[in-house]
Amino acid sequence: MNALHSTAAPPSSAAERETAIEARGITKIFGAANGFMALDNVSVAIRRNEFFTLLGPSGCGKTTLLRVIAGFEPPTMGVLSLNGRDISQLPPNKRPVNTVFQNYALFPHMSVANNIAFGLEMLGKSKSEIKDTVTEMLKLVQMEHLRSRRTSELSGGQQQRVALARALAPKPEVLLLDEPLSALDLKLRKEMQIELKRLQHETGITFIFVTHDQEEALTMSDRIAVMSAGKILQVGSPREIYAKPAERFVANFIGESNFLNATLAGDSVTLDAGGSFTVTPPEGVADGEVSVLVRPEHASVRAGEPGAGELAVTVETIVYSGDATTLHLKLATGETFKAKQPNAPAEAGVLPAEGDSAALTIAPGAVTVLKD
Amino acid sequence: MTDSALASEPAPGALEAHAARQDSRNRWLLSLPALLIIFLFASGPLFVMVIYSFLSPGDYGNVKWDFSTDGWVNVLLQRDIFDDTLMWADAHLSIFWRSLSLSLITTVLTLIFGVPTAWFIATQRPGKREFWLFLVTVPFWTNLLVRTIAIQELIRAEGVINNVLLALHIIDEPLQMMFTDFAIGFGMTYVYLPLMVLPVYAAVEKLDFRLVEAAYDLYASRWTAFRRVILPLIKPGIIAGSILVFIPCLGAYVTPRVLGGGKNLMFGNLIELQFGAGRNWPLGAALSLTLMAIVMVALIYYVRITSREEKKDV
Repeated sequence: MNALHSTAAPPSSAAERETAIEARGITKIFGAANGFMALDNVSVAIRRNEFFTLLGPSGCGKTTLLRVIAGFEPPTMGVLSLNGRDISQLPPNKRPVNTVFQNYALFPHMSVANNIAFGLEMLGKSKSEIKDTVTEMLKLVQMEHLRSRRTSELSGGQQQRVALARALAPKPEVLLLDEPLSALDLKLRKEMQIELKRLQHETGITFIFVTHDQEEALTMSDRIAVMSAGKILQVGSPREIYAKPAERFVANFIGESNFLNATLAGDSVTLDAGGSFTVTPPEGVADGEVSVLVRPEHASVRAGEPGAGELAVTVETIVYSGDATTLHLKLATGETFKAKQPNAPAEAGVLPAEGDSAALTIAPGAVTVLKD
Repeated sequence: MTDSALASEPAPGALEAHAARQDSRNRWLLSLPALLIIFLFASGPLFVMVIYSFLSPGDYGNVKWDFSTDGWVNVLLQRDIFDDTLMWADAHLSIFWRSLSLSLITTVLTLIFGVPTAWFIATQRPGKREFWLFLVTVPFWTNLLVRTIAIQELIRAEGVINNVLLALHIIDEPLQMMFTDFAIGFGMTYVYLPLMVLPVYAAVEKLDFRLVEAAYDLYASRWTAFRRVILPLIKPGIIAGSILVFIPCLGAYVTPRVLGGGKNLMFGNLIELQFGAGRNWPLGAALSLTLMAIVMVALIYYVRITSREEKKDV
């Protein structure tokens, strides 16, 4: 990686070398008296060269965490380190970290090229080096033809690219992206998602991406931290987060969910509605009453009387959505259950009709025990 | 559609032309009041001044309807009463110079005090801003003459400042501040400060502080962020404020009259003199038009130097 900033002494162990940003017990309280706790004892390690996403609803503290990393908000408590060096006390202009702001924050009185050159000038690069880097960056974001434009003359997507180029030009250790795609329309957003992934690969810079869009997080990230009320609830790959959410909030926030009551005994869980499944319960969950998660696409419904290993259900509503059909079911316990079936060509007859009794099969391994 | 139906309708082009004619007539009618006001109250008096400046002074004020360029000649030159040779009018030149330099100094002083003040107010919580703005505008509600006399109370020989300095034994005898250029500059800075604060406040208030964050994020120091990002963005407010202060300073009348006494005249006092005791209306009119010309030149120059574009692309 082409780091322009000198970093601390070479890291001692392999594990340490892998970590770019590490937050330890970061707490941020706004307002002195009866302050609002935006971050509550957050600890997270972000690896070098990874596309890391902070995901959560608005007000969960994800942007505050990003601003703490950028240096705009000093943490009330806790330590932030970059490559093993404590940077908690450094002002933003001393951190080898750049930000792509939500509204881009391009300098309106400067051309595209001068916007991109700004950080390089501040670092005291030579004229020729600045010129070369600006050209390289413009090429990277495919904006060479708009070099001399005023930023106010650009479309949203173009401004987005300039903001990216400006933040990437000084070759920071870490690039922070604060919901950069939220102002774009759907088609452009999809394009930029791919573009961002490509940029991250090409530059090898650690990206920390903030979003409230779970789909965006799942498609782009190497790892995701799901946040709520100032806390990080779970960190994991998109697959882990989706398939094995630790908590009801995470399951609910990402994808569609069915929550069922069940009883846990060792590595076996028995649904109140019937049926036993082998599970790996998360740590800290004791035997007894638990909540379990079943994703709607991990269950199938067939017309007719339930056989062995099947649950008796009543079909309440059927929602057709092109590629799939979602059946809203009522279990024997009165719990509701959504089952999503991919639509097979033609054979419409296999699905039950609304009001029918039917048989529900939950795929083995589809049951996840939740912490709460 | 049949041929007969087509024939009975007017050609679409004609309809449009008719509508366009009506449109332009309406536009003229609607802008008539504005045009009337401009001609009657702005251009009209100026026109009178231009005519008067080319006439001869009447014996008891007013003008005689004889063409003369003396009014204009006397702006810079004066005719020797004995041999009619023309000489530089030193008195006028020193008054022009005092007006220009004091106006410039006042503009700089209001910038020095006004920009931080405006910044302070604009960065307060929204509820608090109104309170501070209110304080800035309070002097406007008091008569200018009364405020100027209040300043006199501060700086005269037995005034507050001298008394305090004497009591503290910092000085042994009162400082002569009244009837000096210092007094005029002090008074004008006080009087015109709000005219600097308000437009700068408006510019700072509109400033997107995320841009300042972006500058910090891109390794700019506080000073560089101010110089490269904040200053260019609040420049319109600074220009507006400077113009609003500089121009009335050039023509200031009350403040130099009260605080400068009879000796330290400024442009406005000189003009007043010609229409009053001097009984030379053509010279007064010519001086007024000269002042206007100076203001215009100053404006054009100022806008030129301050609206230079950000340096060329890298």
